[in-house]
Amino acid sequence: MNPITVSPARLRAVEVVFWLALGTSFFLLPDKLTLMSQIMIFGLFAVSLDMALGYAGILTVGHAAFFGAGAYAAGLLAKHGWNEPFSGLLLALLVCTALGYVLSYLVVRGADLTRLMITIGVCVLLTELANRLTPITGGSDGLQGVTIAPVFGAFEFDLFGRTAFVYAYCIVLVMFLGVRLVLRSPFGLTLRGIHDSRRRMLAIGSPVDARLRMAYALSAGVAGVAGALLAQTTQFVGLESISFNRSAEVMIILVLGGTGRLYGGLIGAIIYMLVHDWFANLNPEFWMFWLGIFLIAAVMLGRGGVMGALSRFVKIGRAS
Amino acid sequence: MQIVIFDGVAYGMLLFLIGVGLSITMGLMNFVNLAHGTFAMVGGYTASALMNRFGVGFFPSLAAAFVAAASAGAVLEFFLYRRLYRAHPLDQVLLSIGIVFVSVAVFTYFFGPTMQPFTLPPILDGRVSLLGFEVGRYRLFLILCGVLVLACLLLVLGKTRYGAMVRAAVDNQRVAGGTGIHVQRLFFLTFSLGCGLAGLGGALSLGMLGLEPSFPLKYLVYFLIVVCVGGAGTITGPFVAALLVGVIDVAGKYYLPEAGAFLIYVVMIIMLLVRPNGIIPRKGLA
Repeated sequence: MNPITVSPARLRAVEVVFWLALGTSFFLLPDKLTLMSQIMIFGLFAVSLDMALGYAGILTVGHAAFFGAGAYAAGLLAKHGWNEPFSGLLLALLVCTALGYVLSYLVVRGADLTRLMITIGVCVLLTELANRLTPITGGSDGLQGVTIAPVFGAFEFDLFGRTAFVYAYCIVLVMFLGVRLVLRSPFGLTLRGIHDSRRRMLAIGSPVDARLRMAYALSAGVAGVAGALLAQTTQFVGLESISFNRSAEVMIILVLGGTGRLYGGLIGAIIYMLVHDWFANLNPEFWMFWLGIFLIAAVMLGRGGVMGALSRFVKIGRAS
Repeated sequence: MQIVIFDGVAYGMLLFLIGVGLSITMGLMNFVNLAHGTFAMVGGYTASALMNRFGVGFFPSLAAAFVAAASAGAVLEFFLYRRLYRAHPLDQVLLSIGIVFVSVAVFTYFFGPTMQPFTLPPILDGRVSLLGFEVGRYRLFLILCGVLVLACLLLVLGKTRYGAMVRAAVDNQRVAGGTGIHVQRLFFLTFSLGCGLAGLGGALSLGMLGLEPSFPLKYLVYFLIVVCVGGAGTITGPFVAALLVGVIDVAGKYYLPEAGAFLIYVVMIIMLLVRPNGIIPRKGLA
């Protein structure tokens, strides 16, 4: 099948339509707003993982460490008196970027296997830490009593999730545009270069390790914002938000959508959460079984997820 | 305190038994196999089902566990793992996570989510006096098993032609293939052997760790720690690391119960920083 050629202007129109369609779900799906918020939050989380995994090429199955850290940071800030939602996001961003930067010194060194181990190790270590510090984090019961003040002092977080949806939508859109800006900047091009051929990047004098560390730190920050959003919109932080299972789940979402492509995380999150919701009444074992089968099939058959498949049918450029 | 160390050593032996197969396959095939716990689980459930439902004795069940896990490994290697040896580590990780999920679901379906009941055979029950201390017989048996397996593996790898082929393929796969070693068949055999050992370890863990369907996920980190901290591709590396992990974990949980498993993760990170290729790295990496 011949690929269709799409001009860049038309592509931008498609993007705008995509975001508008997401936004109109506010009017079209008034009962499913909580689900839509969660879809966008996990989409942002997957996009952040893509920064580290798809663009910087750092194999990590421990990214939930930052997601959970952001969630706990925002939750604790709200619980201890300062309810303003945007400050919670800012705190999560700063804390997780700092944490990501510190950890990047552990992660951006050594072989793939060591790196994988360290990321898993940090994730379970933080899970265990959150579990043990029960007086602070609530342990396995989760952090409760998180109340968020109204956005801009006017829009209260209501039971139907309307404010939550608009809040999450706007923040996710802003963060996504920020990530896009970073990835299309010269910094992003360096990352792509490192991914393609690390040795040549070193040869032209690019400080490869420093770039990878920065990418990891930024990815951690964005994941932290996603976590903070979850904490603020659900007004609860559970232990599973920092767990290995969450890391594996976001990796599945990203692979489903396609790594190394801007919209991969979002598409993956939409499909995964909708299918999960559809089968919500299923026994958890059956869900795990089919998820495993899907993973095995995806690895053996598909290459590049949904976006990868799309890229084989649609090319960007001038129509000849 | 000696009892704590003894228990730690026994626990370490168990981790070694399960982890040594992972070390060989990771070092030999360069395949990140997070599903190694699944094969241990297969062995454990085989032994448990044989003992509980069919009344088979303990030692024959151990042998059956080895065979069952080795067969499972052989089948999966033939159909799935074989195609991904040259693939990106991400694909390998995803495949193994998929296998873990499927296995957890299947075993929950057939055996239920609760821990399997286990009764010690009379010969291994109770305590025996060793160097003036009263030690559990089962833990002593575990330690003996671990040392025996270590000795056997070192003998096989060091003195047999098969062992020489494995060592050659671990050191440099391409050249080994160039000298005429049938690398594919070697992988197949070694992977099955590794999985069989894991199955044996899984069956032995019935009495010490308890077997439930989430076993592969619960203990995944411990096996990976043993292999990565010890050095993938060697036998003695994981042995040392397993002893270290076992003793530190048991001692940590005994003396500092609030810290829990926290201690072992910190130790792991420190060890990986100090020696990123493992305590005893394989040749060509140190």
